[in-house]
Amino acid sequence: MGWNRKVLRVNLTAGTCTPEPLNMAWANDYLGSRGLASKYLVEEIDPKVDPLSPDNKMIMSTGPLTGTMASTGGRYTVVTKGALTNAIACSNSGGFFGAEMKFAGWDMIIFEGKSPKPVYLFIENDKAELRDAAHLWGKTCWETEETIKRLHQDPLTRICSIGGAGENLALFACIVNDLHRAAGRSGVGAVMGSKNLKAVAIRGTKGVSGIKDFPAFLAATTAAKKVLADNAVTGQGLPKYGTQVLMNVINEMGALPTRNHRDVQFEEAGKISAEAMHEKRPTDGKTHLVTNAACFGCTIACGRISKIDETHFSVKNSPKYWGASGGLEYEAAWALGAANGVGDLEALQYANLLCNEHGMDPISFGTTVGAAMELYELGILTKEQIGIEAPFGSAEALCKLVEMTAHGEGFGKELGQGSARLCAKYGRPELSMSVKSQEFPAYDARGIQGIGLAYATSNRGACHLRGYTVASEVLGIPVKTDPLTTEGKPELVKAFQDATGVFDAAGICVFTSFAWTLADVQPQIQAACEGDWSMDKLHLVGERIWNMERQFNLAAGLSAKDDDLPPRLKTEAAKTGPAKGLVNGVDQMKPEYYKLRGWTPDGVPEAATLQRLGL
Amino acid sequence: MQKSLHIDPAKCTGCLQCEMACSFEHTGAINPSKSRIKVFDFEHEGRKVPYTCTQCADAWCMNSCPVEAIVIDAATGAKVVKEATCVGCKVCTIACPFGTVNYMTDVGKVQKCDLCGGDPKCASACPTGAITYVDADWTGLDRMRTWAAKANTAAVAA
Repeated sequence: MGWNRKVLRVNLTAGTCTPEPLNMAWANDYLGSRGLASKYLVEEIDPKVDPLSPDNKMIMSTGPLTGTMASTGGRYTVVTKGALTNAIACSNSGGFFGAEMKFAGWDMIIFEGKSPKPVYLFIENDKAELRDAAHLWGKTCWETEETIKRLHQDPLTRICSIGGAGENLALFACIVNDLHRAAGRSGVGAVMGSKNLKAVAIRGTKGVSGIKDFPAFLAATTAAKKVLADNAVTGQGLPKYGTQVLMNVINEMGALPTRNHRDVQFEEAGKISAEAMHEKRPTDGKTHLVTNAACFGCTIACGRISKIDETHFSVKNSPKYWGASGGLEYEAAWALGAANGVGDLEALQYANLLCNEHGMDPISFGTTVGAAMELYELGILTKEQIGIEAPFGSAEALCKLVEMTAHGEGFGKELGQGSARLCAKYGRPELSMSVKSQEFPAYDARGIQGIGLAYATSNRGACHLRGYTVASEVLGIPVKTDPLTTEGKPELVKAFQDATGVFDAAGICVFTSFAWTLADVQPQIQAACEGDWSMDKLHLVGERIWNMERQFNLAAGLSAKDDDLPPRLKTEAAKTGPAKGLVNGVDQMKPEYYKLRGWTPDGVPEAATLQRLGL
Repeated sequence: MQKSLHIDPAKCTGCLQCEMACSFEHTGAINPSKSRIKVFDFEHEGRKVPYTCTQCADAWCMNSCPVEAIVIDAATGAKVVKEATCVGCKVCTIACPFGTVNYMTDVGKVQKCDLCGGDPKCASACPTGAITYVDADWTGLDRMRTWAAKANTAAVAA
């Protein structure tokens, strides 16, 4: 039974921590993590709730494979109603925090209400209590982890926390754990901040002992690890180059969104690529990249640990940034770099470090800077309003704006509201490169058609991790499809979306799906969990999760018109590269997608669909 | 032939598969807090270092034990704690210069690496070859090979 069968309910208003049994009927229908936590959320909150009100709840959840030797089995998910999106939010993170929650004997923590003053939750196995966080409020995520470990005299404590961004309710604030892993998207950190919850610190020494069939589990996990090791992407590309392996590839495809999606290729992509991180710098003769790193249980180890150039203008007077730290990953390098036309690798790493330190999603932050730079170039925003000159390509502006946003100072406050609200405020809503108010990640939907539909229909707003058709359209996984056509993409998007739900619900990393199909995951779940976890059942679970999230969003007030891309992607053709002359064909793909989903032309699940899925 | 655990920290990614395997072998649960090998993350240097008992020849822990609860496993050379004999006095934990013998409050005994009776699970679980189990007389072989390869002598046919 991969689950601990135990939930911790924390009422922040009353200051109570109460254990309760996990609803096993729901676990059987939704598996765990993303699926199971979402089920709890939709059952417990009004979909129309203001995300930042005490009536919203925030759930941190593990999956049945979290805390086990299943490769990448260290993930946890934060599920809530998103501050940025007003849709269901589901952000997952690696590192070591999720496994520790499992080792302490819990599957899930449900936070409700709002604490009258800043607190942090401390868990030591069965013991759970809220403690005063007055001395932590105002501290960065990094300082918070260090302070709690020192205070408890226990360096083995694992911690997740919010920084200034979450405290100041920046709408793309994230929750950082283990210094540089994050539940990054949709503003889950702002929800945590709105509840006056600074951090969760866990020490677990009970371990995971409830695997249903340990010999079968060891056999299944060992076989699956071999598949990862033997695969060119997970066995070689990701360990050596990290996700940054994609920078030059996507640029050559003409799908690297540049300068707020004005362009699809970035002339300086090479300078911010994985290859550049491996090159010796002229200033100190060292490479930017120090080493790769793994999250808990991960046999891929795509994580990047780098050292910034100490002579760079951004840090030359700040030795605290000189040590090795996380970054750059592809999404951050793109959002902070190409999206703003900035080709200075060290400046990107500085911005990335501040995002980790203060708890901000670098994708949404970077893309919002891109929108601000376009407004500046159009003369809509002035130097006086921003406080500095902010043309595309300015590394100085990027570094200054990340500081202002992290600290909620001046124009940084406006940036902290995300690009949709920023562009609307200045009368140019169409310049926000977002879906459901969440900024795009690093793939241009004109050069990769299927991902456009995946963005438009993603339940948490624009996102690559809800249906990563790039795997098929670019890398040929599991089969190669033509990125420049819309043909067959609705099926592809649906298949990826449903399968991803299962990976997320299991508690493993979606990057395994470069090598694994559901057939590789199924024996691991089946050996760990009681009950039937056949392929048919897993397909059903994935589709059920998707439709449940959809139902929540519809009840929250979203509709088919929110499943759309900004006009730029539908009317302004790609100027260069293989996709030159193309716009995204989301309007052709969407009706077919709805039909395949068993939804009405208005995007509402039909009664028969709901019945088939047991919803 | 006796074998020895050989650790190359440069290859460690910090995934903790070794800690999971060790704890599972000895406790039946996946529980890094009970692992006899620990991975240390020097995060500001970007270094991760797995560390465990070196099985000293003249072992401080064994010599210090007042009840002779630590004995040599003749097959592997491991210094092994006889749980039935251990009285939990903790003297060995003080004697060990490396900190690799630790007292477990829940069982009231000390625990240390026992090489899993000759099949150390940490080594077989390590995905990167950072932990290997090699000929105890030739732990330097890989390093010798590395230097030998640098000799850069052209082959000449006889």
